[in-house]
Amino acid sequence: MKYIDEFRDGSAARVVAERIAAEADPAREYRLMEFCGGHTHAIFRYGIPDLLPPNVRMIHGPGCPVCVLPIGRLDLAIDLAMRPGVTLCTYGDMMRVPGSRKRSLLRAKAEGADVRMVYSATDALRLARELPDREIVFFAIGFETTTPPTAVAVQIAAAEGLHNFSVYCNHVLTPPALVHLLETANPEDPEPVRIDGFVGPAHVSVVIGTDAYQRFAEHYRKPVVIAGFEPLDVLQSILMLVRQLNDGRATIENEYSRAVVAGGNLRAQAIVGDVLEVRETFEWRGLGDVPFSALRLRAKYAAHDAESRFAVVPVKARENKACECPAILRGVKRPTDCGIFGTVCTPENPMGSCMVSAEGACAAYYTYGRHKAPAIA
Amino acid sequence: MRAPREHAMDTIEPESRALKARTLDLTRGRVDMSHGGGGRAMAHLIDEVFRHAFDNPLLDRGDDQAQFEVGAGRLAFTTDSYVISPLFFPGGDIGSLAVHGTVNDLAMAGAVPKWLSSAFIIEEGFPLADLKRIVDSMAAAARAAGVQVVTGDTKVVERGKGDGVFINTAGIGVVPAGVDIHARRALPGDAILVSGTLGDHGVAILSHRQGLAFETDLQSDSAPLHGLVAAMLVAAPDLHVLRDPTRGGVAATLNEIAQAAGVGMHLDEAALPIRAQVRGACELLGLDPLNVANEGKLLAICAADDAQRLLAAMRAHEFGRDAAIIGTVVEDANRFVSMETVFGGRRMVDWLTGEQLPRIC
Repeated sequence: MKYIDEFRDGSAARVVAERIAAEADPAREYRLMEFCGGHTHAIFRYGIPDLLPPNVRMIHGPGCPVCVLPIGRLDLAIDLAMRPGVTLCTYGDMMRVPGSRKRSLLRAKAEGADVRMVYSATDALRLARELPDREIVFFAIGFETTTPPTAVAVQIAAAEGLHNFSVYCNHVLTPPALVHLLETANPEDPEPVRIDGFVGPAHVSVVIGTDAYQRFAEHYRKPVVIAGFEPLDVLQSILMLVRQLNDGRATIENEYSRAVVAGGNLRAQAIVGDVLEVRETFEWRGLGDVPFSALRLRAKYAAHDAESRFAVVPVKARENKACECPAILRGVKRPTDCGIFGTVCTPENPMGSCMVSAEGACAAYYTYGRHKAPAIA
Repeated sequence: MRAPREHAMDTIEPESRALKARTLDLTRGRVDMSHGGGGRAMAHLIDEVFRHAFDNPLLDRGDDQAQFEVGAGRLAFTTDSYVISPLFFPGGDIGSLAVHGTVNDLAMAGAVPKWLSSAFIIEEGFPLADLKRIVDSMAAAARAAGVQVVTGDTKVVERGKGDGVFINTAGIGVVPAGVDIHARRALPGDAILVSGTLGDHGVAILSHRQGLAFETDLQSDSAPLHGLVAAMLVAAPDLHVLRDPTRGGVAATLNEIAQAAGVGMHLDEAALPIRAQVRGACELLGLDPLNVANEGKLLAICAADDAQRLLAAMRAHEFGRDAAIIGTVVEDANRFVSMETVFGGRRMVDWLTGEQLPRIC
């Protein structure tokens, strides 16, 4: 089993697509949200919308850690990077995201800030060892997938006495975001999002397990199918959701059983629990303030917490007025509904983060789907 | 009046003179600012490293330029700079890459590559052993490709102002009569072919960058393609377009051609030749092989009737064994390049704004 070829098998896909078309009730609409940006990317990259019947519609959710980071938090990262003696380590995707006043980490780097692209927290740790005279700050973002490696890095730094290593923590949590989506959360948006079911995130679920969604499914009566990233995984999960909805069921199903178990990765959860704690509230781009949805370092690791170390003062920043990222992230609008999509706002000149990140709905649509540009939803 | 010793030196053979005058410690020595100063130290460097390796009569003249007859007909002229890191990677190094890259840019016009220049910008402190290794590799690549490095330049910059070594090469080639290859010749109905597996070079490089080491025996595909092109021109003399998909990969290259020619393209994902190792590495990192650089592959566009004959000629050549027909040129005012996925859906093959970045989660 190679895990790639088998799950991209075209003929198997066609069989599943035919089943979806056959079993979807023509008298109703199925509005399914794929929460995770990686799924959005896979859906567009493999042309999956072409294979679905018109009454099965995918809504693109906010599961892209780059996209949901509020501008104010990014501005703080840029400020940190501009401080003398600081080396800011960041994932590549964050470098081009526009902050306030058209700043970005890439521009800051061009102006002399020491910003380095890293592939993981381990790279930042290595830099801290190699450059004892620099303050290494790791710009940590991501859902539960990337949180354990950050936590491990902090533990290692503490054990080694790496005083010059700290983390600027922006890790966020998936289940609270799912809950928030179903509440009428955003006061600027009068219409609650109508979502019938969820394609659940793959790698997040490897860490947190399927049990983490139980309460959500029971309380809100929405089916969740945890899906792998391959196109066959996504199609199969859509079929499973259609079936649940037809049967009136609302349970958690695990399509990604080759990697996800009910309890998740207990060791990872324990490490995260040791290093990080839940913030009372955190501002999400597009979703507003979401309670108990993000993490910060515990007091015992304050020496490695960039927010303590550098006396960072939170700032609320203004979004670009024409940018519809907030509505798009909530699944209320599509990229093509945004007035500046593809004109002012393009990957070369992104107005908001949905266009910058490879997993953003706008970037995915622009890169893979704009040949249908005048298409109707 | 000349001192007697210098006078005696004039009558000694150049090669043995170099041996006698060898002053560089090519094993443990480092490049320093004097090697770029235009004085004796620089002359020694040029002599013992560059001239010794490239070894041809034009270079040996030691003039500021190379002079040669070109004959009638069209010339092709190209230049490239190489700033790659790491300098040494599986399947090549910055030196062999520099030769292949410039030879290939000429070959994409159907030209026979003949003469190269090479300009080096070296950072103070760069190990002479590494410099010799790079230059020897360039010389070997040039010999294998049948080209000569006939002129060059050497500069040294202070420590911290250069990433080890930067190389610029320019090249001149001769275009045979009757050969007319350029992007605007792509026509609706034409076939699109690729000469082999996609993404080998980019993945081989990434696998050697710090922090991304993973087990693979994948090598860069860096290779000179003018021999392959010559064989292709025999099979299909009226080739329309040739281009090598280097930075940005096949996606960028096809989009460039589509824009220039005012056409669209339809690709067939199932037809793309990609090694399993490349596929696996790309999945791990969240990269699309269509966006990954190649250094020993070419894209060809020809009339539909020529496609099978061209394919056979490519597969018969050592650098075209895995050649495949991957799509068709179509009429499209929007100039989109799109692809039928293995799933039967269709999606765009866009070119990226900047460098492709590995996935975060």
